[in-house]
Amino acid sequence: MSQQQPEKRGATTQKTGLISRFKMFLHLHRLEVRNSYVGLIKTPIATLMTIAVLGIAIALPAGLHLMLKNASTVSADWDGASRFSLYLNDSVSKTDAEDLVIRLMKRLDVEEAVLIDKQQALDEFQALSGLGDALYQLDENPLPQVVEIIPTEQFSLPEASEAMLGTFKLMPEVAVAKLDMQWVKRLYYLLQVVDRFIYALASMLGLAVLLIVGNTIRLAILNRRDEIEIIKLIGATDAFIRRPFLYTGLWFGIGGGFFALMIISGSLYWLSDPINQLAIQYNSGYALLGLNMTEVFQLMAFSALLGLSGSWVSVSRHLKQINPSY
Amino acid sequence: MISFNNVSKRYENGHDALKHINMTLDEGEMAFLTGHSGAGKSTLLKLISLVERSTRGEVWVNGNNLSKISNRKIPYIRRDIGMIFQDHRLLFDRTVYENVALPLVIEGADHREIGKRVRAALDKVGLLGKEKLLPIMLSGGEQQRVGIARAVVNKPPIILADEPTGNLDPELSAEIMSLFQQFNQVGVSLLIASHDLSLIARMRYRTVTLKGGSLLADGGSV
Repeated sequence: MSQQQPEKRGATTQKTGLISRFKMFLHLHRLEVRNSYVGLIKTPIATLMTIAVLGIAIALPAGLHLMLKNASTVSADWDGASRFSLYLNDSVSKTDAEDLVIRLMKRLDVEEAVLIDKQQALDEFQALSGLGDALYQLDENPLPQVVEIIPTEQFSLPEASEAMLGTFKLMPEVAVAKLDMQWVKRLYYLLQVVDRFIYALASMLGLAVLLIVGNTIRLAILNRRDEIEIIKLIGATDAFIRRPFLYTGLWFGIGGGFFALMIISGSLYWLSDPINQLAIQYNSGYALLGLNMTEVFQLMAFSALLGLSGSWVSVSRHLKQINPSY
Repeated sequence: MISFNNVSKRYENGHDALKHINMTLDEGEMAFLTGHSGAGKSTLLKLISLVERSTRGEVWVNGNNLSKISNRKIPYIRRDIGMIFQDHRLLFDRTVYENVALPLVIEGADHREIGKRVRAALDKVGLLGKEKLLPIMLSGGEQQRVGIARAVVNKPPIILADEPTGNLDPELSAEIMSLFQQFNQVGVSLLIASHDLSLIARMRYRTVTLKGGSLLADGGSV
């Protein structure tokens, strides 16, 4: 029998230096990045399908965001063109009104001033209000003369507009002066609603991405159940076992983000021609906006984060259920 | 190195797998653990490797009271125990080299160091030329030797073997046993569960016999 006393030995006594441990750590991570990538490539169809689903889920809110961004740009263009409506006193004659328009046109802050006389106003009102012939029953035209004013560009900003409105109100011919911002405000609030809607949709689809990645990782874990049991028996920590799955999730996130970018650029390319035609019809130099560098980066980072967290949740849940036995 | 102080294990289904076991395996000692199937051999090994925890009593391994070890610390306890299984438990999608390197990779050893130690371990079990093969290309005896190389590659002070020769013919079994003797000669403590009584008898080592979860005999060879 060999009962001689051996020197103290064992893994606990064999410490490796800190730097070489760190090097090994990096080496391991590089290896895992590569291994998880190779693992995904081995099953190309399944991987592609998962990535496509993730890509669509990510592309939807991102595409809507892009639509919103374009709509905001368009509304911002219009925002500048705020209009004033000056409702004139009844005592002002048509010639006085025409004089007023000429005087207004000379102002530096006025780009254009147009007189809408009583008859024009009535015709317009008749056409738009749907009251039709009923209006002819009136003894006289109750509508005032209106001067519509478009300010020059530098006076279109909210503060300058307010100041102009003040001076218009003080003119003796003017009964009421109004700044036509109502519809701009409405559009603004509508866009706010759409914005919220996109956030809600993005949260739901983000959750979908989490679940899809989580489920895919769950299947991967179950597939490698034996392997996980074995390396647990050998002394692998949970962190070690978790690592390849986290990288797989990260790859899914990055792949999904990239796929989403492709969907978005494809759609933009597909839409750009008709939109340009439309813009030409409106004499507008408007061009469709794509995602800028920051947005591309945000989208990729967000997708990667979703992939990583999806796999994290899944791995933490399912790893606990695998306990080795023999 | 390993000691059981009045250890009992009752599984959740109410089965008493071990009853009041008192046993010590000294540093550098090699012993066989025998008994019929269901006698509690595997349970005893599982308590040492923390696959199961004792219901009562204390298990000490390498100076650690296992009932005080948290789940998070379990991997570090297992790294000091080389485990060998009847069904080898190899990863079949990795080469022989990668299988043997696994314990070192898990520990985060330097990869040059890994290369050196893996080759040394494979040399020891006589498989140096087969490091690039997949386990499936090897015979049963060779697969078991890969498992043994994996168990010793990080030089653990303790080796546990659960029916290591269960699927092997007598000649291969004798080869495996002679490997165990060689490890023992350099100071490794070994506890080998086996019901191959004729083999154990020829080996002339201490033999611990279990029956129905209790210690039936502990001493020289049966």
